[in-house]
Amino acid sequence: MDESRRRFLKIIGLSTLGLSGTAVVEAFAADKADRYLSYEQAFAGKKWAMVIDLSKAAQACDGCRNCIDACHRIHNVPDMDLPKNEVKWIWKDNFEHAFPAQTHHYLEQNYQGRPSIVLCNHCDNPPCVRVCPTKATFKRADGIVAMDYHRCIGCRYCMSACPYGSRSLNWRDPREFLNETNKEFPTRTRGVVEKCNFCVERLAQGLMPACVAACKEGVLSFGDLNDPASDVSALLSKHHTIRRKPHLGTQPRIYYIV
Amino acid sequence: MTMKDRPLIALFIFMLVFVLTLPLWINLLTLSKGRDIAAPELDLGGDAKLCVESTEFMKAHHMELLNQWRDSVVRNSNRIYINSQGKRFSMSLQNTCMECHQDKEGFCDRCHNYVGVTPKCWDCHIEPKFSIKEHPRETH
Repeated sequence: MDESRRRFLKIIGLSTLGLSGTAVVEAFAADKADRYLSYEQAFAGKKWAMVIDLSKAAQACDGCRNCIDACHRIHNVPDMDLPKNEVKWIWKDNFEHAFPAQTHHYLEQNYQGRPSIVLCNHCDNPPCVRVCPTKATFKRADGIVAMDYHRCIGCRYCMSACPYGSRSLNWRDPREFLNETNKEFPTRTRGVVEKCNFCVERLAQGLMPACVAACKEGVLSFGDLNDPASDVSALLSKHHTIRRKPHLGTQPRIYYIV
Repeated sequence: MTMKDRPLIALFIFMLVFVLTLPLWINLLTLSKGRDIAAPELDLGGDAKLCVESTEFMKAHHMELLNQWRDSVVRNSNRIYINSQGKRFSMSLQNTCMECHQDKEGFCDRCHNYVGVTPKCWDCHIEPKFSIKEHPRETH
């Protein structure tokens, strides 16, 4: 009896060793060469941020849709027929709606109803990332709150968590509502949440975000907060800026000059 | 258990094993029929000769490679793939793969239909506008 138990344990021990042995061999044999690289011309920011100059917005943004159209065109954002199905990455709202905490009955006349460009704030402490059950939305090392649409199950937790309304669900098949598509960028599909991606695909090629490139009035500025010479750092050091709903602790990275 | 039950037990064990392995027997009997279905012949829709990796590798592993590409681009923002020959490719189904594999119906669909899989790539990724008139298919 004892002899056979001894034998049994020996065999089990050796088999376990054998099984783990293959894993060790595989790990050593694995291709160590770096086969995945980024573009040389890619912008390598450490902390991307945007500054929006609302002092210029009263004249500049009145009737202008350059940034919105540029963004929605290159990202294949559909133009839905019903407001309840609306999909938007960047849009215009008035000052009172964008900054409810800064609004009161005696708000300066010229700030009442002032057009304010709003988009995903790419928060430093993003509530959408915390609630996503599949990790479809995540914060990149450079601070961009990105989405992996492959993984989105359309549960809309992120939409509930986002205090800025920056996320839209595709209630309908977006392709039915796209007149023309940008062949270099995918569309989304029904049942997937989408939002602004801070143009990660353009930054990877060394290009500014589409909205910033499209704005001819200089309302939008984009850059690296960790770089003291960047446009955004210069603007933030010179002007008093506010952020949307800062009391919620999300640490938004879209700054507004008022 | 008495000695008398033994044949009965053996019979039922045999029947159980037979029922459980029934799909194997059915498959064995209909194998000759299955072999009549010829493997699909694929049309590229262009005249590219080389893929990012060897044809054998791509046939067997393109789905795994695409998943790795996706993770690399989306999660790590690394968009360049260096293949086993050291050549560089931009990792993009829509912009790199479909650049050569223009004929989605003649290439992707034909094989996916044959093996009975329905990948959801093109729910979002846009397939190239391909005209059969301009590029007549060689095989059918």
